[in-house]
Amino acid sequence: MSKTLFDKVWDSHVVQHIDNGPDVLFIDRHLVHEVTSPVAFLGLKNRGIKVLYPERTFATADHNTPTINQHLPVQDPLSANQLKALEENATAYDIPYWGLGHKKNGIVHVIGPENGITVPGATIVCGDSHTSTHGAFGAIAFGIGTSEVEMVLSTQCIMQPKPKKMRININGSLNKAVTPKDVALFIISKLTTSGATGYFVEYAGDVFKNMSMEGRMTVCNLSIEMGARGGMVAPDEKTFEYIKGREYTPKGADWDKAMEFWKTLYSDSDAVFDKELTFPASEIEPMITYGTNPGMGMGIKNDIPLAEAVEGGVATYKKSLEYMAFNEGDAMIGKPIDFVFLGSCTNGRIEDFRAFASIVKGRKKADNVTAWLVPGSHQVEAAIKEEGILDILQDAGFELREPGCSACLAMNDDKVPAGKYAVSTSNRNFEGRQGPGARTLLASPLVAAAAAVTGKVTDPRELMEEVYA
Amino acid sequence: MAYDKFSILKSSAVPMPIENVDTDQIIPARFLKATERKGFGDNLFRDWRYNSDGTPKEHFVLNNPIYSGKILVGGKNFGSGSSREHAAWAVYDYGFRCVVSSFFADIFRNNCLNIGVLPVQVSPEFLDKIFKAIEADPNTELEVNLPEQTITILATGEKESFDINDYKKGNMLNGFDDIDYLLNIKEGIQTFAENTPL
Repeated sequence: MSKTLFDKVWDSHVVQHIDNGPDVLFIDRHLVHEVTSPVAFLGLKNRGIKVLYPERTFATADHNTPTINQHLPVQDPLSANQLKALEENATAYDIPYWGLGHKKNGIVHVIGPENGITVPGATIVCGDSHTSTHGAFGAIAFGIGTSEVEMVLSTQCIMQPKPKKMRININGSLNKAVTPKDVALFIISKLTTSGATGYFVEYAGDVFKNMSMEGRMTVCNLSIEMGARGGMVAPDEKTFEYIKGREYTPKGADWDKAMEFWKTLYSDSDAVFDKELTFPASEIEPMITYGTNPGMGMGIKNDIPLAEAVEGGVATYKKSLEYMAFNEGDAMIGKPIDFVFLGSCTNGRIEDFRAFASIVKGRKKADNVTAWLVPGSHQVEAAIKEEGILDILQDAGFELREPGCSACLAMNDDKVPAGKYAVSTSNRNFEGRQGPGARTLLASPLVAAAAAVTGKVTDPRELMEEVYA
Repeated sequence: MAYDKFSILKSSAVPMPIENVDTDQIIPARFLKATERKGFGDNLFRDWRYNSDGTPKEHFVLNNPIYSGKILVGGKNFGSGSSREHAAWAVYDYGFRCVVSSFFADIFRNNCLNIGVLPVQVSPEFLDKIFKAIEADPNTELEVNLPEQTITILATGEKESFDINDYKKGNMLNGFDDIDYLLNIKEGIQTFAENTPL
């Protein structure tokens, strides 16, 4: 029977199928961080059981960590306590732990691929909804709750009904200044934040085929923002090239054996999807959001839609614009902004810093802008320095912070103040996401850079002439 | 950890006719620093419920004494966003045992089921009827009958069925959780693992 990419990976991990119930799904690799794990470890303790496969489990501290002075003790006692709990649990259960200061420390979805924990055909979970990132390698990767973290720690399995399958095809060539982030925000704006709920998505077509691994990670990362549990791209030579030789990828004969499986990982030509959508690449412009969910996005040169033109409840829409202090019909271009955040599991990788640097090079940070540039990991940080990007950033008046989730969810001190506008390369513009009362405009690193040097929402294409001439 | 059994719940309900209520609203990230599961109800809908100085916002539904009950009724796409189970814990800890909506985000729905809060998905039309019934009488009661998989507006007798898979239904009725089940088949899992290289 013909199968989709998703079927091939899912079906090979089913330990048991329960009629009119979930599948018992075996999990190859489990990523753990400080925020969603302590209660799960407490559950193990209460049951008197151990972590079944510590060698399949990896722990890092990222959500609740400072992005300056990481060598000093963490000031906030609650955060310090949560970090200590992770360290103690990792030690007690023999789990590899990359805490603050460790050279492999960073955002969980950045360090997974960097260290070869993420491989094609694997099942990967983490108590974090952006686990979908790892689907870029042709893995089934999705976020889980803490009860499920406890399940995976104790039995390496999770109980899930098999999701439906959706394929999103985008063919053609992308326009100038259109990045993977714009592709994802475009798709979400078409599907809304619930348009893919209940589905696992496969991204297919020229655009994803031609996209870098990091770009695919950005797109898969944002799958959850349209409600999908996860997204995948079929692995190809680019994928194999990326993972080869990384610490936790198979070596020697094991690599050859794994490759035999990985090369079968594509949707058969006659495979059936529950839903299939196709968009032309040419329709996609550099995107920006204007509301309080990631589906409220549009081409940066457009005007904010009128309430009657929008699907869904008018009251909810108006509440959202009221929070943002925007009006229906406003242009986004030219709106003054206060903060710029470059980072997160969505756009905190080296290609994102290269893109940001390409715009700010030879320019100066606008005086009215506070900019937080936060690498996704120490490896990204090292690359920023090695490639000379740090010099470009510093010449333009920017500073680089230390790795972590930072202002994406503002659990640490990196909070945008109430009423202020932030152009952010992260993934959520929910009310208060970046701090109580903060107003978030989601965009690509290019749009963020253009805002950072002009102090307002600016079309990055206007600053790119010399680069592309 | 086994949880409360759920069978038939008869209660008034708290209406929240807002769409896309995300888990950052249900519990903002800055309240996720605990290492134990307690006290989350105090911060349920924190920023909609309280001003920055800690005083209650009088127009928010949880601060309106005419609305109470063990059932929370939300607009479409309830629980979107972050996978934080803390959102479900906050809903439970505040005293809700059931959330009704015309559409739930996936992870939030799972998290609720895993801690014994029943997510009941109804049609948009029925959701509208519930909101209208509560608007007409804030004390109006709903009956959520898990064995029969029905939800009834008691004042009018209007009733709708809802879906839940047999396995999860059994867990809810008996207060079992998935780990009990998984630990029971651990040998099978270990055999599977031996054949599944890292």
